[in-house]
Parts: sequence; C-alpha cells; structure tokens
Amino acid sequence: MFDPIKIREDFPILKRLIKNNSLVYLDSAATTHKPRQVIEAIENYYRHHNANVHRGAYTLSEEATSLYEAARSKTARFINSEMTESIIFTRNATEGINLVANSWGRTNLKEGDEVLLTQMEHHSNLIPWQLITKEKGAKLKFIPLIPDGKLDLANIHRLINEKTKFVSLVHISNSLGTINPVEDIIQLAHSFNIPVLLDASQSVPHRRVDVQSLDCDFMVFSGHKMLGPTGIGVLYGKYNLLDNMPPFLGGGEMINEVQLEWSDFRNLPWKYEAGTPNIAGAIGLGVAIDYLDNIGLENIQQHDRELVSYAIKVLSNLDGIEIYGPKDTRGSLVAFNMKGIHPHDVSTILDEYGIALRAGHHCTQPIMRWLDVAATVRASFYLYNTQSDIDILTKGLHKVKEIFKNGS
Amino acid sequence: MAVSDLYSEIILEHYREPHNVGELECPEVFAKGYNESCGDDIKIYARIKNGQVEEIKFKGNGCAISQSSASMMTDLMYGKTIDEAKEFIKRFTKNITGEEDFPSDSDEWFELSALKGVINFPVRVKCASLSWHTLLQGIREFENKNEQKQ
Repeated sequence: MFDPIKIREDFPILKRLIKNNSLVYLDSAATTHKPRQVIEAIENYYRHHNANVHRGAYTLSEEATSLYEAARSKTARFINSEMTESIIFTRNATEGINLVANSWGRTNLKEGDEVLLTQMEHHSNLIPWQLITKEKGAKLKFIPLIPDGKLDLANIHRLINEKTKFVSLVHISNSLGTINPVEDIIQLAHSFNIPVLLDASQSVPHRRVDVQSLDCDFMVFSGHKMLGPTGIGVLYGKYNLLDNMPPFLGGGEMINEVQLEWSDFRNLPWKYEAGTPNIAGAIGLGVAIDYLDNIGLENIQQHDRELVSYAIKVLSNLDGIEIYGPKDTRGSLVAFNMKGIHPHDVSTILDEYGIALRAGHHCTQPIMRWLDVAATVRASFYLYNTQSDIDILTKGLHKVKEIFKNGS
Repeated sequence: MAVSDLYSEIILEHYREPHNVGELECPEVFAKGYNESCGDDIKIYARIKNGQVEEIKFKGNGCAISQSSASMMTDLMYGKTIDEAKEFIKRFTKNITGEEDFPSDSDEWFELSALKGVINFPVRVKCASLSWHTLLQGIREFENKNEQKQ
C-alpha cells in the first residue's frame, strides 16, 4: 500500500529542522530529495567498487563497468526503450538537448530551415536552439499559448510545414504544470518526417513514460528530479538517428582507433560519452529507478494528483491569490502569486516556518512575460509530500498576509 | 530575529507607495540593474546640475526589500555631490553586508536602519543593494564620459 508517511522514513533530510520547524519541502520540481537507498548505493560504490569503466581487466574495473552498464539497462527498461544502446548518460537534461542541437542541428540545419518550439519551454530547451539556428541562419518558430496556459494548436498546421526540420517541446511545463498533448504533435510532425525531441524532466519522475508508444525520436530527463543524484541525466534517441549523427564531445572512451590525424568512433551508446562518466551518478540513478518501480509510478501519479487537487482547492479559498496554469489536469505543481506581495517576500517569510518553495522565474522568462508578472511562487509535490504539508503552507500564507498588512 | 522584523512599517510604507518612481528624459546619470537570481530589474535616472544630484527617479520591478531600499535611497540622494553620493553608497554597502554598524545617531540613517534586518537574510542582501549598485554604476559611467570629454 502506498503510504507517504512510511516513504518519508527513507528520506533522511526530511528529519531536518529549519529554524526550529520541521522541513516542509515543496520544491521537488527543482530537485528531489534522495532516499537512503540511493545515498548508500553511492557510498557503497566508492567504498567497494571504485574504478574507471571500460578499461582495465581487473576485478574492480569489471565490477564498476557492470554496475554502470546495469544502470543503463534499468533506465532503458524504465522508459521502455527498445534498445539499451539508445540510452546515453549525460550530466542532465540540458546537456542532452545541447547534444542533439549540436550534433543533429549542425549536420542537418541550413539557411531558411525552421525549428519549432513552444512558448512555454524551459531555458534549457530554448537557448541551445537559439545558438544553433543563429549559427546556421535557420529560424525559430513557437507554438503560442491560450489563456489557461495550454498550447494553442489552432494554427499548428501552419507552424509545421515543409520548412520545419525539427520539433522540440516540453512534456509537462515546470512553470505552469501544463501537460502537453505530445502524442498528437509527434504524430503530426512524423507525417512531415520531422523528428521530435521531448523534454520529459517533469514527466518521467511522476508518471509512466513509454518512448515506444509515444514514438518520440529523442527524449531527455535529469536524474536529480527523480530521487537520483545531481550530475547524471539521460538522453534517449532512436538508434538510427543517434547512429547517423556526429559525436558531440570528443575524448577518451568514445573512440576505437586513434591516429594523429583521424580517429574512428565507438558504437552507441559510448560514441556520445567522452571522458570518464559519472559512474557513481549512474549507479545512484539506477537505484532511484528501482525505488520508484518498487513504489509504482501509477501510485505516485495518483498521489501527486490528489495533492495538486487539494492544493488548488485550499489555495483558491484564500483571498488575493492568483493561480496560474490549467484548471483541470496538470503536473504535480501549482504556481501562484499573492496580490501586492512579491514572490521573494512570500518565500522569505515561508522559510521562517520551514517551508521550502521556489520564488522566481523558474528558468522560463518568456512565460513570465506572457503572464505579465516578474515572478511567481511555485509549490511542487512528490511522493514524500502529504496534505499536512499543504496545510502548513496555507497557514504560512496567512502569516505572510498578516505581516504585509500590519508590518512589525 | 523574527522574519516579521524584516518587514517593518517603514519598509512596507515605502513598498506600498514608493517615492521618486518615474523616468527622466536625457538624464546625466542612467543605469539598468538586474538581479539574475530573481529576475528583478531596476532603472535609475538622475539629473546632475553643478556637480549635485538635482533630481533622481527609479523604475523597476521587485520585492518589498528592493523597492523600499530604492525609494529611501532616492530620497536621500537629493542635493548630494557626486563624491558624497559615492561615499554614501560605499557606506550603505558596508552596513548592509554587516561589515559596519548602521549609525544610530544620524537622522539621515534613521529610516535606512529599517533595512538592518536584511543582514540576517543573506539571500536578500542583493535585493537591498540592487538600486545602490545600479546608481553607482551609472555614476561611474557618467564620470568616465566626463573624463573623456576633458
């Protein structure tokens, strides 16, 4: 049975006191906490198996290599990738997008081509495309938003056309919580033979994402947003696409034969993993995946959904609160503002009560401009959060109002 | 110190109705400041006549700390010479980072002392200093331009 109280026992940091209050952590969309199983796996690797991978014929190196590659197989299974070779370990989702923008973009984009994004992209799915389209003389196009924060697909047939060479979009918005109809967009793009990259940073940790049924060509996500350590991320790519692209970073580990003037590169996935990889990070991610599988993503999704509905219900009952994003289904986060109070002041006051949440532009400045606000407050939830966290948040928000009404 | 002490009456008054908000056409001193951690921005305009600040305005988006700080700073800049303004900014920076104590016996510093609490919230020191750093940058650019002319 899914029991968040029991789950919380696995997360040592949740026992911390912040300014003499229990920590109420509502910033999992930025990064999640790590269960002791993940922390111990990383420690265990460094204590007992530490060695470089794919070189050396000694016991430790063999162990490190098999642990590292086992993490890749787990990741492949987790997102139902047909082939393990389709899983490239990166630093994070950002690096995965940069890899595709550089390797695919540099080979395939030319002057006058168009890359289609949406107006709700995280900076990580915007800047790499700005850089490569500028270099190539290509253009960026954007799917606009309708007032409730969903994609405006009314003119999608004009936006996807013979000039479009690539589509890259976010699955679930980190800023609005919008769940995009990516299946439809992928299907439409494929009818023009256009490859699609999915930024699944906010979806893979929270629901079952199946790359074969979605049929996306590339997908990226970060380990640290799904109970894993920082510094490890995943790029999934269809074998043929990855195989035909040039390497992104060059160096050791990604080569077969090296001459002074030329070299020849290893097969997938190692062709894209130059240099010593984040071995402990990959192992930690593998254990995080085991942990999530053990709890069940369906249970997590259900729990998230209940928390978000509850949060929207209680926040809507407070005076002077504006909630952004779709009112019906959404990812496990709620962005809002309190009338006349800047998000940073809200966050500073809430911190006094142990409540950790994000105030700012959430790396989505274009969305802030679209909302016509400087910033928002964002509460995001995960498997270790409870309704009581949201009740404490509500109390905290009352306190914020009180302070701003009266002063001290 | 409690967080409510950070938001004193003086700060909230300046936040609700900030002084010297606006723009100036062709100001001698102009600078834009940006706080990359929160997205707050500020523009400062000052008219300099006979080496003194004759008029000063600001426009921006920000939290109670940054807006009240800009409001109080602009109030206090009227009539200051360029050197006095620079010295004042230097002093404020030292106070807000806790390097020096806010003067307790000075009328000029009476309102500004309301920002004292910020010292205990290191993340917010940037908010309180944004307008001051921006003005200093504007003054330096103004001085550079004058030097080049001479």
